[in-house]
Amino acid sequence: MTVEEIINIVLLTMLALTAVGIARLRNLFAVTMLSGIYSLLSASIFVVLDAVDVAFTEAAVGAGITTVLLLGTLMLTDREARDGSRANRAGAMIVVVALGGALFYATLDPMMPRFGDPRTPAQTHVAPQYLKDTVPQGSSKEPVKVGIPNVVTTVLASYRGYDTLGETVVIFTAGIAVLLLLGQRRRRRRDTPGQNPSGNKDADRAAGAED
Amino acid sequence: MDHHFVIRVVGKLLIPLVLLFALYVQFHGDYGPGGGFQAGVIFAAGFILYGLIYGLDTLRRVFPPWLVRLLVAFGVLIYAGTGIASMILGSKYLDYSVLGPTAAKGQHYGILIVEFGVGMTVASAMVLIFYSFAGRGRQTGEDFGEIDSEDRRDRPDG
Repeated sequence: MTVEEIINIVLLTMLALTAVGIARLRNLFAVTMLSGIYSLLSASIFVVLDAVDVAFTEAAVGAGITTVLLLGTLMLTDREARDGSRANRAGAMIVVVALGGALFYATLDPMMPRFGDPRTPAQTHVAPQYLKDTVPQGSSKEPVKVGIPNVVTTVLASYRGYDTLGETVVIFTAGIAVLLLLGQRRRRRRDTPGQNPSGNKDADRAAGAED
Repeated sequence: MDHHFVIRVVGKLLIPLVLLFALYVQFHGDYGPGGGFQAGVIFAAGFILYGLIYGLDTLRRVFPPWLVRLLVAFGVLIYAGTGIASMILGSKYLDYSVLGPTAAKGQHYGILIVEFGVGMTVASAMVLIFYSFAGRGRQTGEDFGEIDSEDRRDRPDG
């Protein structure tokens, strides 16, 4: 067993334990902290997989911003989660076990490429072209199409420029949507001081129960 | 002011470094790991940290909400506008090759510009979401935007 495999097994075990913890705990503050830890562990796994850019994003968004926003949400709702009905929990368990089993079964398919296989379509389809077109690290004299060494950035911003534009619009839309849902009430309250904070039923329902 | 003295001092030391690191990630994304998304989030994290330590009102003065709302849209405009610029220069939408003297240079410039737009939108969208959440918490009597809110609520002047 290589060192990397051991690290992967340790990290994945911790990830699974964290997930079980999140599912079992009822204290939402602890759940928020655990989900931050979950993101950090995923980021570590991405580093082991050499996907540094993804790890970077996961650590910053998942462990950083999301935790702060979840804490902000906790301020607006209960600190404890209520248990669902027995039938609901049983149903959820069946769905999760069935889905997990199906995913495990899919990996048994002999057509499925092995972990890190260099002959997978992801490695042989367009990736070699991208690598060739981007500035090589050595002193190759071949003309290049894109003058930067980080091929991830090249793919994101140039080859997949439309997708990244779409993603940016998604972020923009998310910001605007949150502003419309949560930012609106502030203005209304300023107009009518002394109004009952729970006066706006729609905004309350959108953000969850109020204390 | 004396509450959480250590956090305030460490925050004052760390926040400039966080913002500097965000700028490094933003403009070094073509050489090392990183880019607009990561830089934007780190930048926003710096501002949110500032807001958590020094209070929501101080943050609102540093980064006014109208500016945040403007920058959310402006980042998308920069990205989409780069596409229009390459069309005006006689190529396809978002084909950066025409933006520089050589195709490779043009691609480099184009990527830098659109990544800047991405970073701007991501950073300000995150701060905007934080403003919305923190501002709402304040209405229910719990000032999420300030770390010494617990002490505040106990005081008679609220």
